Amino acid sequence: MDRTWLHKLASPPHFYRIAGRLAPWLGWPALALILIGLYGGLVLAPADHQQGEGFRILYVHAPSAWLSMLVYATLALASGIGLIWRIKLAHAVALAAAPIGAWFTFVALATGSLWGKPMWGTWWVWDARLTAELILLFLYLGFLALHGAIDDTGRADRAAAVLALVGVINLPVIHYSVYWWNTLHQGATITKLGKPSITFDMLWPLLVMLTGFTLCFAALLTRRVQAEILRRERDAAWLRAELAR
Amino acid sequence: MNAARFLAMGGYAAYVWPAFGLACAVLLWNAWAARRAHARARAEAQRRLAGLEADA
Amino acid sequence: MASALRAVLLLYRRDLLLAFRRREQVLQPVVFFVMVTTLFPLALSPELAQLRQIAGGVLWVAALLASLLALEYLFRADHEDGTLEQLLLSGQPLVLLAAARTAAHWTISGLPLVVASPVLAVTLGVPAPALWTVAISLALGTGILSALGSVGAALTVGVRRGGTLLSLLVLPLAMPALIFGARAVALAIDGGGARGPLLLLAALCVLALTLAPFATAAALRISAE
Repeated sequence: MDRTWLHKLASPPHFYRIAGRLAPWLGWPALALILIGLYGGLVLAPADHQQGEGFRILYVHAPSAWLSMLVYATLALASGIGLIWRIKLAHAVALAAAPIGAWFTFVALATGSLWGKPMWGTWWVWDARLTAELILLFLYLGFLALHGAIDDTGRADRAAAVLALVGVINLPVIHYSVYWWNTLHQGATITKLGKPSITFDMLWPLLVMLTGFTLCFAALLTRRVQAEILRRERDAAWLRAELAR
Repeated sequence: MNAARFLAMGGYAAYVWPAFGLACAVLLWNAWAARRAHARARAEAQRRLAGLEADA
Repeated sequence: MASALRAVLLLYRRDLLLAFRRREQVLQPVVFFVMVTTLFPLALSPELAQLRQIAGGVLWVAALLASLLALEYLFRADHEDGTLEQLLLSGQPLVLLAAARTAAHWTISGLPLVVASPVLAVTLGVPAPALWTVAISLALGTGILSALGSVGAALTVGVRRGGTLLSLLVLPLAMPALIFGARAVALAIDGGGARGPLLLLAALCVLALTLAPFATAAALRISAE
């Protein structure tokens, strides 16, 4: 089987060019989808029976939460590829993805809190999902902190990659234990960050937002990886050629 | 739909609008930051290249 | 195979000997454990009835923090004087050596905490039948922490002032153990059976002890480059 395409992809100059060409094809559709999703979620979707207009926060909360986990999976996958096949570019992808994931996690937490306040009366509840998101944020920050603490880029890449893999293995454990913990203490007043019973008019803007957010992540990732490649590349000939474009 | 009613969001305005505002602000900031990171990396690479060629 | 086993035992014995030469290092985590536990009655209330409610959580958090203390130095001394490189070059499977180091750490830091825990539990109003659960849960918990902590210590071994970073990396990973362990103690205090959470904790312990040495070994190789 001809694997040269894989080798080509792992070469930074090649990836750089592909990423550059791909970026607008990811960014603009992302913007369009998000705008459509916003309109659908804010205007078109009918209000929920129980939660009224407040449930609309779902349209930013759920995509953010979903992305926070997708990005971590990406980060862990890239780290694994980097460690096993010793592809430095994979580590660059992981490093580029981390801040994006942390931001999505932060938005998930903040919007979750804003969603919860009118429902539960407090700005924060130790709801299973929010708690799990908080721990995920710790994992992201740990990854970035470890990478930043080691001066040598190669060592930093690999150490952070090990941490990412340990984290991704721990993630199901963390989820299970947090949900287990949360069900123990169900007070009468505390309900989960419940999804309202959902009809199609409510669902399609959510799917649109999800797709939009995912494309947005991909677009952000391409730009950040490009920056990372430029920062690491030592081949003067290629740099000269690329920067002259 | 009535604009005032839309903005009021059935009484949840104080929560809905900040939530959407925050999400959009974070996405826009990330978009700007990613582009800026790229531009900065280009500039630094130029400088590095110039330095190398000056030494050569 | 036999030489690997001998190497493991040698390393284990060496770590214990080194630790006992500096006995304060063995006592410090225990003293820290006692002090942190003392903070809670001071901060909250001397009422045993009230303390009993939170005893499981307090003991577990205190033990967690005390275990983190000793982790920073797990590989540091050997990294600085070159012993670590020797271990890497020794040709013995690094995974086993990592496991030996983890076991030694638990013996030096974790076991004393487990021994001290029933005494502290009594001061928090924990009834006698629950003391057994306290000790078992902490035995498992400190084991998990030694395993996870050794990964963190190996990753941060070259980092200046890596102690805080180490704690930040290890604590999220230790949260599941905390959940199950504290819950087990709480159930035991209420008189119920703690078997469910204890079994979950035991499962986590087995998982950590079997997988962590691989991560530790990988991290040591990376740090020694």
